[in-house]
Amino acid sequence: MPTPTELFDGLEEAPSADGMPTVYVALDRIADAGRALLAAGFTVLLDMIPLDLYPREPRFEISYLLLNPGVRGTAPARLRLKVRVPGADPRVPTLSGVWASANWAEREAFDLFGIIFDGHPDLRRILLPDDWEGYPLRKDYPVQINTPVKTYEPLQVSQDEFVANLEAARDRGKA
Amino acid sequence: MADIEIPVLTTTVDKVVRWARRSSIWPVTFGLACCAIEMMAMSASRYDIARFGAEVFRGSPRQSDLMIVAGRLSRKMAPVLRRIYDQMPEPKYVISMGACASVGGVFDNYAIVQGVDQVVPVDVFVPGCPPRPEALIYGIIQLQKKIDQTKTTFG
Repeated sequence: MPTPTELFDGLEEAPSADGMPTVYVALDRIADAGRALLAAGFTVLLDMIPLDLYPREPRFEISYLLLNPGVRGTAPARLRLKVRVPGADPRVPTLSGVWASANWAEREAFDLFGIIFDGHPDLRRILLPDDWEGYPLRKDYPVQINTPVKTYEPLQVSQDEFVANLEAARDRGKA
Repeated sequence: MADIEIPVLTTTVDKVVRWARRSSIWPVTFGLACCAIEMMAMSASRYDIARFGAEVFRGSPRQSDLMIVAGRLSRKMAPVLRRIYDQMPEPKYVISMGACASVGGVFDNYAIVQGVDQVVPVDVFVPGCPPRPEALIYGIIQLQKKIDQTKTTFG
């Protein structure tokens, strides 16, 4: 069975406390590494874990937990793929084209850590309200925010607009 | 007046209206977290708030008198809570159930509203984490006493 560093030549062995094989990859080669590992049988992206190591630099570190379920004639295996991301302009190439489960995981990382995923098809907030300011799981984000609670603006419709809506609906029914 | 044989009870419209209001408090179904389990226990057979005329949980705010905010309110949920409250017809009442709804509880963080009185006016706060069903029934009885003391438009 090949070691992870033999599957792709840009991987660098890293110490692992729990015995799970762990490798680092350079930020600009992560998409290539993902495709190579997928071709080698790592078909499942179980989880994606961003870390904020503030005030250290590089500030962010993302762990991709990969699983090779052992089909395609290979032995079952797990792999922790890590990438370091600078804090000044945190941008990572998306892996949503390699593993579909990366789509929402990357949206969550964007939502809570503010990491931009280049090439992501739908990079919106997934948990917080759309108009939220800041990224709460960053270490420099305060635990308590003493801002007023946002409710909503009541819908204000004038009588003219209301009647126009009714008539537009009636005309749609005719057409 | 000795020849009147039908029993007669005199009262005021005001009193009858207050009696009717406090005797059929229908809560809107609005469970947010684990407090909702105790709220359901309160309405079920063992504790049975039907004894106090408050048994019918309505699925629509337009048919409800009371909103029991049962659990922690996230900032994302706050507009929804406010909208449901606005959809309830007058007169309407709010019970803040448990520590989280009342003051944020253990969730002293960015995501949770530190007290639903920032979003809707609260009539009765029920402490506890979560409050036992007896405590919530006590809160409803306190609300009934409060309704009994309010002035109606008839009085």
